[in-house]
Amino acid sequence: MTDVTALLLSRIQFGFVVSFHIIFPAFTIGLASWLAFLAGMYLRTRVEIWRELYLFWVKIFAVSFALGVVSGIVMSFQFGTNWSELSARAGNVLGPLMTYEVLTAFFLEATFLGVMLFGWRRVSPQLHFFATCMVALGTLLSAFWIISANSWMHTPSGYELVDGVFHVTSWWQAIFNPSFPLRLVHMVLAAYITTCFVIGGVSAAYLLRGRHVQGATLMLKLAVAFAAIAVPLQIVVGDLHGLAVHKYQPVKLAAIEGHWETKRGVPLLLFAWPDEAAERNEYEVAIPKLGSLIITHDLNGEIAGLKEVPRSERPPVAPVFFAFRVMVGVGVLMLLAVIVSLVAWRRGRLATSRSLLRAWMVLTPSGFIAVLAGWYTTEIGRQPYVIYGLMRTAEAHSAVGVASVATSLIVFAAVYLFIFAAGTYYLLKLLRKGPQPVAEDMRHPQDKRPARPLSVPEESVEMSGS
Amino acid sequence: MDAGTVLPIVWFFIIGFGVMMYVLMDGFVLGIGILAPFAESDEQLDRMMNTAAPIWDGNETWLVLGGVALFAAFPSAYAVMLSGLYLPVLLMLVALILRGVSFEFRFKTQSSKRLWGICFATGSIAAAFAQGVMLGAIVEGMPLESGRYAGGPFDWFSPFSMLTGVAVTFGYALLGSTWLILKTDGALQNVVFALTRPLVAIVVAFMGLVSAWLPFLSSQVMARWFESGNFLWLAPIPLLAIVNAVALWRAVMRRAEAAPFVLALCFFVLGFIGLVIGIWPNLLPPSMTIWDAASPASSQGFVLVGTVIIIPVVLGYTYWSYSVFRGKVAEDAGYH
Repeated sequence: MTDVTALLLSRIQFGFVVSFHIIFPAFTIGLASWLAFLAGMYLRTRVEIWRELYLFWVKIFAVSFALGVVSGIVMSFQFGTNWSELSARAGNVLGPLMTYEVLTAFFLEATFLGVMLFGWRRVSPQLHFFATCMVALGTLLSAFWIISANSWMHTPSGYELVDGVFHVTSWWQAIFNPSFPLRLVHMVLAAYITTCFVIGGVSAAYLLRGRHVQGATLMLKLAVAFAAIAVPLQIVVGDLHGLAVHKYQPVKLAAIEGHWETKRGVPLLLFAWPDEAAERNEYEVAIPKLGSLIITHDLNGEIAGLKEVPRSERPPVAPVFFAFRVMVGVGVLMLLAVIVSLVAWRRGRLATSRSLLRAWMVLTPSGFIAVLAGWYTTEIGRQPYVIYGLMRTAEAHSAVGVASVATSLIVFAAVYLFIFAAGTYYLLKLLRKGPQPVAEDMRHPQDKRPARPLSVPEESVEMSGS
Repeated sequence: MDAGTVLPIVWFFIIGFGVMMYVLMDGFVLGIGILAPFAESDEQLDRMMNTAAPIWDGNETWLVLGGVALFAAFPSAYAVMLSGLYLPVLLMLVALILRGVSFEFRFKTQSSKRLWGICFATGSIAAAFAQGVMLGAIVEGMPLESGRYAGGPFDWFSPFSMLTGVAVTFGYALLGSTWLILKTDGALQNVVFALTRPLVAIVVAFMGLVSAWLPFLSSQVMARWFESGNFLWLAPIPLLAIVNAVALWRAVMRRAEAAPFVLALCFFVLGFIGLVIGIWPNLLPPSMTIWDAASPASSQGFVLVGTVIIIPVVLGYTYWSYSVFRGKVAEDAGYH
């Protein structure tokens, strides 16, 4: 029988390592596509600025990608070390999906990354562009398989249970399970938007300081244009995703909305303090009927409350309730920034309005916050199940003792904080330095005979003498 | 034979191939890290790391493949192995994290270059040792009860697993030093030549020690090698290993550049085959066979289709990537 404390520690550990991990893919998925775009623009126009920007962002990418890779390897072993019951019972489904991820995505990224970072002088611009595209494709395929596996655990389908073990009866149904398509679109858009706001925020910071004005203006315009399409689209996709949650995970939806009673024409709670013991909310601030309208697209639509199920079937309400509001709140701020930016752009003040630039700077990490809040909403919201409705999280744990899990938790926490701090420090240094004019010696082979290397990793970002 | 009999055998070979690829390819990269303390200057270590900088990421991916393919094809073995070897796995993961980020961070700084050099070396040594310990513990066997791990958190700790831990560390160091012979020249190449000579002797000695100990670990291994004339059939493996060891020594002594690396790789392959023969048809000795641990044909078959198509493609672009970065790595690190 599994130990309750060991289970709790394993859950903390999983939450910790997965939270740390998701930050990097969320950034690198967007960044890889951004780099492919920059490389493509350079190839088409041969205008130097595109290459300057490419060589700048590729360094940011290299650091983020390394952190994503090392934290990703931990993830692929976590299932066996801490959740061996889940592995033994659901390995038939999850294992193949993760294997396809490694085969189709991980190898593609890891191998072409070498050429992308170090091959500038050794291959033609076309081939280098191709390598960048393969890395970008790899990040997207990776998202495809991982989101599929995750979605299956939310809305399992295409399976049968044989002696408590999941056997797949239809791979098509298992991969394209009901919550998968929207979740994938939602996540990829989230990754793109996260990167978009980092690019916009960094550009705004340069403009505020009057540095790298040409490149920063170009990037800010691209960020605003992209966000103007992606943010509204994300809101629509998020709304559709909410409908799916209403259909497949009504209890999670009730926790998100903070509804205890099943009612028609329910309000939308802007704020409340859910009291789980008393099964009601304090300090409600609500807009009448809007809850029903959003979720059922009908003013008097019925929404099931948490009291429909016994307490043992409910997720922790407050974290889900608040995490969701953080995600939506950040989304609203992003939308506002986009609208104001478009107006300023029309008036020709986009790159000069200091308050707007400051807003973009403040919003630099907004995507990361929204991504984490969104994942907390969906993952805490599916509790107490690890495979929704079929296998409880408490049943999934390995037979490892408290001492072992406590050790690993402490070690992971220490190591992650150490490398995260170092990574952030180097990223900030790189950002502070900014895009640099492309030196004569960084030409492609046919541009010019090689002289000095493209110094992606070897270029110290510190001032000499420090 | 039906799919339920054949598929686990096929998967046993695929995962064996994946693990072998990992051991060979990350083995030499970890070896570079193990030898890092012998670099005479920061510039030499820069150059050593630059020989692997563009390809280490792809090499490490074979470990991830080994992990997830085991998860897909033999989920109960994956569950037992990783939960039973909790602490060595933890050590390996943390070590690989430090090793991996060092590649990126060491070149980003002047002031803490030393720190990341130390992380690179200790990470590589600890990862190699942990992998050797896991190998030894698996070969020795893991206690099971109704298909679940039934041992304690320190069952992996034994004289034999400590021996394999040290042996693998030295083995990777040999792969690393012979790789550096291939990829460098001048003063650095002299340093690694000087390291390679004792390493060959040590690794051969460890291989002999492990081989001699192996049959006494279990009657099953003893029977596999020495019963009903099996030895006659299996004799080519130890014989080839001896020939290989001699050839490796001579190649190093006559300062050949490519042959030592190739022969060191072959030596590892022979050692790996020798271990696997003793274990077969168990996946986790003493009692979990590949058929006990197998996922159903619906899962193994589904992944097999993709694997058979994609692995050759992966090998193809891996080869291409290596050929992009072929040749010696210049002294001024003018490589990227």
